[in-house]
Amino acid sequence: MSDTMNPTHAPASHARWTEDPVLTVEHLTMRFGGLTAIDDLSFSVGRGDITALIGPNGAGKTTVFNCVTGFYKPTEGRILLRRGAKPSDAAIAELTRSGRQYDRDGENGIYLLERMNDFRITAIAGVARTFQNIRLFGGMTVLENLLVAQHNHLMRASGYTIGGLIGLPGWRREAERAKDKAIAWLERIDLIDRADDPAADLAYGDQRRLEIARAMCTDPRLLCLDEPAAGLNPRESSELNDLLRSIRDRDGVSVLLIEHDMGVVMQISDHIVVLDYGKKIADGAAAAVRDDPKVIAAYLGVDDEEVDEVEEALHQNDPQGSANAQLGEGDRA
Amino acid sequence: MEYFLQQLINGITLGSIYGLIAIGYTMVYGIIGMINFAHGEVFMIGAFIALTAFLALAALGVTFLPLVLLIILAVAMLFTAVWGWTIERVAYRPLRGSFRLAPLITAIGMSIFLQNFVQVTQGARVKPLPPQIQGGITLMDGPGGIVVQLSYMQLIIIALTIALMIGFSLIISKTSLGRQQRACEQDRKMASLLGVNVDRTISLTFVMGAGLAAVAGTMYLLYYGVIDFYIGFIAGVKAFTAAVLGGIGSLPGAMLGGLAIGLIETFWSGYFSVEYKDVAAFSILAIVLIFMPSGLLGRPEVEKV
Repeated sequence: MSDTMNPTHAPASHARWTEDPVLTVEHLTMRFGGLTAIDDLSFSVGRGDITALIGPNGAGKTTVFNCVTGFYKPTEGRILLRRGAKPSDAAIAELTRSGRQYDRDGENGIYLLERMNDFRITAIAGVARTFQNIRLFGGMTVLENLLVAQHNHLMRASGYTIGGLIGLPGWRREAERAKDKAIAWLERIDLIDRADDPAADLAYGDQRRLEIARAMCTDPRLLCLDEPAAGLNPRESSELNDLLRSIRDRDGVSVLLIEHDMGVVMQISDHIVVLDYGKKIADGAAAAVRDDPKVIAAYLGVDDEEVDEVEEALHQNDPQGSANAQLGEGDRA
Repeated sequence: MEYFLQQLINGITLGSIYGLIAIGYTMVYGIIGMINFAHGEVFMIGAFIALTAFLALAALGVTFLPLVLLIILAVAMLFTAVWGWTIERVAYRPLRGSFRLAPLITAIGMSIFLQNFVQVTQGARVKPLPPQIQGGITLMDGPGGIVVQLSYMQLIIIALTIALMIGFSLIISKTSLGRQQRACEQDRKMASLLGVNVDRTISLTFVMGAGLAAVAGTMYLLYYGVIDFYIGFIAGVKAFTAAVLGGIGSLPGAMLGGLAIGLIETFWSGYFSVEYKDVAAFSILAIVLIFMPSGLLGRPEVEKV
């Protein structure tokens, strides 16, 4: 089943999210006063996977995003991002103890996102994000939207604008490079003809794709998308799927997405994490999660007793129950 | 006719100075939605630094006028920019994210502090500077003995303002820094998520605004020849008015508003009464805002739904 769902990608015979995670969320808890939005949540995002975070409304999905991208300081827990080679547990423990935000050594690095604030999470750790509602810079042109996302290189190369004003050659090269990259992305999302139009003038689906391209222009390792398919028509939705697959396969960027459209989720996800009331209720490959009675119950709004009944019935048939689903054996169900 | 032309030249000169200060108000408002009431004092400090630099150069025996002008302009811009950066860092940044009125109140406090600081350290008496740039171009020699003259000082002020306006528009529209500023203006949170260092961008906005205020201060010093610790208040209120009149948040609007206020004041003083020139300027502001609530070039505030 999972083979047909991920035609271009290896089936989840081994779970990348346990072996080579790019993001590890451990014991994440977020309380707002008396309300516990996320309760001791742990999950991993595999490097080079598309991971979907799903759950009913109010399950805490966006809160997880807000913790990962530095909008909220988690009440408890660790959010670890890895780049490059897999670090040793000792190195991670040492960084956690040291109180530093990150350890970087060439291409390799470990970053404790809960200690960093938002612009550093993007600029240093390499996490990019989009929102449920579109937040393009509407008054700027389509091209400029993509250039803003690359300004870190530009600012350094321009000697913080002074070099840019007098037109240093290094800055010119860098400006050209930034523009080339923006144009390449515009061609990829099919908006090259609209490059000089204000971003606010684009159609809704085009704005969605532009937002993703803009996030990609920050050179992320992890791309977090909050409901990217919301409000798209079926054709746009399928274009989005292609774009996300190409980001995974061509750019090698891991994707973490929140999505309500189960069609999209099942078609493109390698790995699904299901939340309900701030807790993880399922975690595994797409097919396994889809057939998990807890997930079905959460989505269909079954009473807790009924879930217990369903679970009991399942446990009688198979003593390990849904626990095995966490190993991601897609063919189980 | 000659009288009219002369008033026009005077008005444009005064308007240029207002416009340069107004840009500082409008840029800061654009990026953090706050009225920096201390900006008029930044202008006053610019004038004092220019005077200090001038006296220092005179003591050193540097008298070649173009060189002196260049140096005092550069020194005033540099040090005033440091003041602008410090004010933001000390008084406004810690309050970012606080309730809306908090930075407004510190801005007023900062304004009073700076006035008093200069009053205590520099003395309350007016500081004169003998006119440095004399002469001018006689444009018209009217029959009634009325001469229309564009003094060299006025020429410098107008030319410098035009050059700075062009340079500024280029920075805002073409450079990476300008793009960041526009991005922060539209959505600070999103800009930060794209890796833009929002705090640094805001600091640079204050630095740029202070630099322009320093130019205005230097020009004011050279044009009028007297400064005191209180000039920032009046000029600040006028420039703020100019920014609102032009449409706060809009750079060309600030310049246009500055020119409008300068011209209204000058013509009113020339044709009616000097005493009521401020009344005229503010009345016209009120009338414009009744019919164009977002100012001459301002974008109407669209409620986000």
